[in-house]
Amino acid sequence: MSTATTPTAAEAELAVQARQAAQKSEGYWAGVWKRLRRDPVTIACASILLLMLLAIVFAPLIAPHDPYQGSMIRRLRPVGTDNYPLGTDELGRDILTRLLYGGRLSWFMGITPVVLAFVIGSTLGIIAGFVGGKVNMAIMRTTDVFYAFPSVLLAVAISGALGAGIENAILALTMVFIPQIIRVAESVTQGVRNLDFVDAARASGASGFTIVRVHVLGNVLGPIFVYATSLISVCMIIASGLSFLGLGTKPPEPEWGLMLNTLRTAIYVQPWVAVLPGVCIFITSICFNLLADGLRQAMDVKG
Amino acid sequence: MAFYLIRRILYAIPIALAVGFVCFMLVQIAPGDPINAIVPPDAPADVVAQVKKDYGLDKPLPIQFGLWLSKVVVGDLGRSLATGRPVWADLATAIGNTLTLAFAASVIGFTLGCILGGLAGTFRGSAIDRSAVSFAVAGVSVPHYWLGMVMVVIFSVQLNWLPAMGAGPGGSADWAWDWEHMKHLVLPAVTLSVIPMGIVTRTVRGIVAEIMNQEFVTALRGKGLTRMGVFLHVVKNAAPNSLAVMGLQLGYLMGGSILVETVFSWPGTGLLLNSAIFQRDLPVLQGTILVLAMFFVTLNLIVDLIQTALDPRIKRA
Repeated sequence: MSTATTPTAAEAELAVQARQAAQKSEGYWAGVWKRLRRDPVTIACASILLLMLLAIVFAPLIAPHDPYQGSMIRRLRPVGTDNYPLGTDELGRDILTRLLYGGRLSWFMGITPVVLAFVIGSTLGIIAGFVGGKVNMAIMRTTDVFYAFPSVLLAVAISGALGAGIENAILALTMVFIPQIIRVAESVTQGVRNLDFVDAARASGASGFTIVRVHVLGNVLGPIFVYATSLISVCMIIASGLSFLGLGTKPPEPEWGLMLNTLRTAIYVQPWVAVLPGVCIFITSICFNLLADGLRQAMDVKG
Repeated sequence: MAFYLIRRILYAIPIALAVGFVCFMLVQIAPGDPINAIVPPDAPADVVAQVKKDYGLDKPLPIQFGLWLSKVVVGDLGRSLATGRPVWADLATAIGNTLTLAFAASVIGFTLGCILGGLAGTFRGSAIDRSAVSFAVAGVSVPHYWLGMVMVVIFSVQLNWLPAMGAGPGGSADWAWDWEHMKHLVLPAVTLSVIPMGIVTRTVRGIVAEIMNQEFVTALRGKGLTRMGVFLHVVKNAAPNSLAVMGLQLGYLMGGSILVETVFSWPGTGLLLNSAIFQRDLPVLQGTILVLAMFFVTLNLIVDLIQTALDPRIKRA
């Protein structure tokens, strides 16, 4: 019979439906990636950040001069000087070289506290949200106390008391962001905890740890991650701000905030050279901000 | 309602105590013996011993905290190590100056933020909306200490229109509402207003857009109400949440002005903190942080109470 080789209309219909279903269930991450690809702003920001990252990682290869070696006879040259395309600083060091090297510390100090706070904050927040009761009380009321300080003030207070230094600045910034991440983690976890599939898992005898590992983590880490991404921009601004106050990096280490601080005395001589490190902070911060917005939309996170 | 008010006010007390404890701990986490944070290093031995006894530094931490608290509550924040004067004396003028700056910045930031956010929320997807959103993103991403420097470069160095530093002619620290002083306020206030402007624009845009989508707005339009009439309804609905965000922003301005004050040498709490950090003057650092944080706690409380009073939809018990 011919029907054995050529499919009937009904069979063809089924095949089409199956193919459509397969396309629809291409997976969550594939969908996120598809939406991200269609978002030119996010792609542009991600590309700029990637270029910057490459530039600062390979700074020793592309930087034209030594970041520490200055010369008193070529202090504060303007932008566009031969050999010194972005001019020189108050000690005659090449600005372009120092911006490239400076990005390393600025990025490090902008991202490390958020990563640390993400790990510690989501752990505590998920515990608070999932366990509830007295544990929740203890964690969330402690969080309230740190919320009673404006972020910049808390960062300045802690690193001011501990004294200048990169480690102290990172510690202070981590302390600033942990409570913020705890709040987000706790509220998403509470939302997931009351869903039917968690009840079902509990009814089938799964332990608390298994429920968190299998059912909760996958549903809460996305939103917490998106929130943490949006904190990188703030963290970078405050971290460079601490260095600007003399609380983060110490001279002669190149770092954008500290460069702004030392070049501040030069704004009457070479104003446009003096503001260059701030341009770098601004570009990085705005790109991270827009990237976080794009991720939030692509991953369909509310808030 | 009355019950909620009382409970909310009572809840602020443990928070304030805990905030005080964090400030107390600042001196404890500082490297070195806390005694060096209270008396100058060249103090005679009998003074050191006396202070040690006064502050109970030989006693356990909770008792030390109690002793410290009993002094703080009556307004004794200790003496500055650098100047030897009571911390409160310098702090009082500095707070006045910071309040002036924060207030001016919030007037600029909130006004522009509400206008931009309101327009963007009403005409979603339009050119106004897109530029307001870009403006808001730039506002929250800009390192404002750098923006301050750029302002100085443009308006002081290049154009020579406005002074770059201080709060008055001849570096005077006493504020007065005349043009000579106001000139000094313009640049720092505009610089400081950028962040709240961005955040208020974003928030108001979101709130207004949500209200505009609701059926009652369509109904108001349908019954033939004028644009102005609809606008008033939207304002009434958007006000409580918008005011809450603005109230908190005022608090963030007070705490966050340290960087802008440093750029413009504005004689406020930020500059005081900055010099305290450099001289490792821990009593000044601790006192300033404590007062600013308490201000923020109080502001939080007031915002909550006003929001509850304004919005009859919030039923709190």
